[in-house]
Amino acid sequence: MLNFNAFLVGLLFGLGLIISGMTDPAKIIGFLDLTGAWDPSLAFVMVGAILIGAIAFNIAKKRQRSLLGEPMRLSSATELDKGLVIGSLVFGIGWGMSGFCPGPAVVSAAAGQPKAWIFVVSMLAGMALYGVIERRRKD
Amino acid sequence: MNLSDFTHSAYFASLLGGLLIGTAVALFVLLNGRIAGISGILAGLVQAGKEDKIWRVMFVLGLAASPFVYRIASDLPAATIEAGTRQLVIAGLLVGLGTSYASGCTSGHGVCGISRGSVRSIVATLTFMIAGFITVYLIRHLLGL
Repeated sequence: MLNFNAFLVGLLFGLGLIISGMTDPAKIIGFLDLTGAWDPSLAFVMVGAILIGAIAFNIAKKRQRSLLGEPMRLSSATELDKGLVIGSLVFGIGWGMSGFCPGPAVVSAAAGQPKAWIFVVSMLAGMALYGVIERRRKD
Repeated sequence: MNLSDFTHSAYFASLLGGLLIGTAVALFVLLNGRIAGISGILAGLVQAGKEDKIWRVMFVLGLAASPFVYRIASDLPAATIEAGTRQLVIAGLLVGLGTSYASGCTSGHGVCGISRGSVRSIVATLTFMIAGFITVYLIRHLLGL
């Protein structure tokens, strides 16, 4: 049931990304292009998502376990550390360079776009590289 | 703009897509007790030491199935990727490294984190948006690439 729901959530999420326009990198860059022909429509994606998300997380916060009996795994971190800020800066640079963030890139790769595959493979390499760097640092 | 203009506009499509994303996020936290953060889900598949692979694979399969399901109803919307290969390779590396250090991306921080009122996520979202604005400004208007 949990795995089936994970599939369903991935599917709904992907459909939402396609319908909202998030899977078109040119549109993302249009949204980020404040000084050009700015296209603010993508702000409504966050409005719609947070509207429903806020209700759900409000319920989730009050519960110890999910409706299927799983522990609630909500982050308890509160520190505004260097990793958060520098990591977000680096992510934003890559986002602006390509017009891709992780979800839409996976959807576009699945849709058969060769350029999205290049991005996704490189992104996964970046994630794996993080794992290697952090493991070495701890040893 | 009257209402019928709105319902046929990109704004409406964005809002509708956002509501779907919100529904997905809600189902995940209420049923699985998890945050639908896509960078974290992907990272758990390629970084060593994460044992819980199956639900991650299922989530990614669902995500990957979405364009095929969408095609049953309609053609996929147009997508234009202006960046060249080298730019995409660098951008991909930056997104992979950056989201790992920041513990989240547009979904984990931008949607889930803000939905639960996390200050960390608000800071992360403002930071990557500002970085995105500056990057596009530099590439488009200063370097003219």
